[in-house]
Amino acid sequence: MWMLELPPFVLFLIGGLIAATTRGKLRGALMIAIPIISGLHLWTVPEGIHLQLTFLDYELIPYRADKLSLMFGYIFHIAAFIGIVYSLHVKDTVQQVAAMLYAGSAIGAVFAGDLLTLFVFWELLAFTSVFLIWARRTPAAYSAGMRYLIMQVLSGVILLAGALFYISETGSIAFDFIGLDSIAGWLIFIAFGIKCAFPFAHTWLTDAYPEATPTGTVLLSAFTTKVAVYALARAYPGTELLVYIGAAMTCFPIFFAVIENDLRRVLAYSLINQVGFMVVGIGIGTSLALNGAVSHAFNDVIFKGLLFMSMGAVLHMTGRINGSDLGGLYKTMPKTTILCIVGAASISAFPLFSGFVSKSMVMTAAMETGHDWVWLMLLFASAGVFHHAGIKIPYFAFFAHDSGIRANDPPNNMLLAMFIAACLCIGIGIYPAALYSLLPYDTGYNPYDATHVLAQTQLLLFSALAFVWLNLKGKYPPELRSTHLDVDWVYRRLVPNILQRMFAVIWKVDADVRQSVRGKLSQCQAFLARQYKEGGSFISSDYPSGNMVLWVAVILATYLFIGFVN
Amino acid sequence: MDNEKQYFFDKPKNIQLILYLLYACCGVLVVLDFVIHRHVYHSWENLPIFYPIYGFVGCVILVLIASWMRTFLMRPEDYYGPVEAPDNSKIEIIDVSDGHAKEANNNNEGDRNVDA
Repeated sequence: MWMLELPPFVLFLIGGLIAATTRGKLRGALMIAIPIISGLHLWTVPEGIHLQLTFLDYELIPYRADKLSLMFGYIFHIAAFIGIVYSLHVKDTVQQVAAMLYAGSAIGAVFAGDLLTLFVFWELLAFTSVFLIWARRTPAAYSAGMRYLIMQVLSGVILLAGALFYISETGSIAFDFIGLDSIAGWLIFIAFGIKCAFPFAHTWLTDAYPEATPTGTVLLSAFTTKVAVYALARAYPGTELLVYIGAAMTCFPIFFAVIENDLRRVLAYSLINQVGFMVVGIGIGTSLALNGAVSHAFNDVIFKGLLFMSMGAVLHMTGRINGSDLGGLYKTMPKTTILCIVGAASISAFPLFSGFVSKSMVMTAAMETGHDWVWLMLLFASAGVFHHAGIKIPYFAFFAHDSGIRANDPPNNMLLAMFIAACLCIGIGIYPAALYSLLPYDTGYNPYDATHVLAQTQLLLFSALAFVWLNLKGKYPPELRSTHLDVDWVYRRLVPNILQRMFAVIWKVDADVRQSVRGKLSQCQAFLARQYKEGGSFISSDYPSGNMVLWVAVILATYLFIGFVN
Repeated sequence: MDNEKQYFFDKPKNIQLILYLLYACCGVLVVLDFVIHRHVYHSWENLPIFYPIYGFVGCVILVLIASWMRTFLMRPEDYYGPVEAPDNSKIEIIDVSDGHAKEANNNNEGDRNVDA
């Protein structure tokens, strides 16, 4: 084993170099080896500060391990491993390098013990991940990636401003509890909020993720928002405002998800919904709620990854991802169908699947702390997430009406990655104690009591019944080829249109002013020319410039001649 | 590709079977609600079959509101710009109506996952 002081992201940066310089099977083998070796090493790392540097006057802590950061470190290694296995068939250096560096930045960010290191990895996350979107190489992906990058960099810049305020207020750059008592606290909160896809700042996610490559979206779904969740859990636990923001995040996306046609965009909306549960948990701030938030982040990386992988497989094999184009795929993609259903059951929190053991913690914590309305919203969101991610995704992709597409199951490496994720989903669901032992607090919580299981099963099966009933009645909104407006309409349509009109007016005024000034000038010229018409003066219009050139040439020639003679 | 092959859900009988299974499960769950002794945290949970009603009504309202949202949020597919044509290079589309398999025209505009 190597030195304890070597931060875990270093191997991933080396992995980026390897991916850039190797090809074929060698590259695949080395890229798979990196998360395994790094993960095994991380498993042996004890808690504590393992690396400290002095930069200018500040103590930088690039590597701090405690229960919270280790938990996110483990899941990021698992996500990187699954993501790399899933993308083994891809022969695109840009994507492979970006994947390694992106995973490395996410791991670096969760082990950052000070705000400056955090800022560096925060921005690296943006710059490395955007290549996974651009790698689709379509005009839509290019512009979506640009908008994504602008939002992400904006978040980083606000974080830096907040960090500078924080340093000047407290004299410390340590990344620990910050709270909302100061301007610095609010700025950092907003920066985290943008990356965490808070309402009104969420459209970068639903805009960019569906435009990324099939393999890219899997990685994107694992890291960026979870780093933000980690940062919130570190700096703002128990902030009441987060409870309401989180509750809003669980509820509003499901309405969009029900009518959205692009199935990967449906999953992007449901990603916001799941992050909402985590944000509520952080906001409640009791040890049970924080455990719930962290373990739900852990599970979400796996089951959301699994769902994005299955939809990526559909996109990869059929070239289509709109619900209106798909259907009947279960006939020739049976393995993908089953794995997708496992993911769907996990995200819907069916008992014996991973979502159940973590989501119920947040819901119980909300009830115990007397957040009745929030609890009701979470309950509604649970039913809703089953409705769109649990039923709609598998139903419209694999069942529904037969689209006539006969695509085979995807390559083996994609199936293997999905299989690993599905095993983890079921394993954690059946034996949650393994997951609970990693959690920051020991609460002795047991999800499998009769009350919980019964209540959750009732809730889910009756939402399924509602789906069936609405479908039989023909009330269910059909999948239509369409675009649905969201907040991004403001900066994709409204602001550009306003600016366009504003500039149209400005250019018109400008043209008028120029015209009238030019008119005045030519009037002046005409006036002067009239005044000096007979005098042979230089500004007379009768005195052609050709004459001047001739005389200059004559003078120059004379001068040269004299110079030559001398 | 065998077009005559019947898959599981091609038979309406099988779909009905699944639906009846779902109805039966829902029925059992309602009965269990009165049988199992529950620890409740909240007074609303004491209402008989609170969770089933909440789940059903919640989802119906969700879908109705979402459908209503379509009336003012829906725009044509190319609202923000031209839409890319789907990639037909890898799939076989079978015309289900007359049973003749036709290969999708191979308009592969270069593999996207090329090695740079």
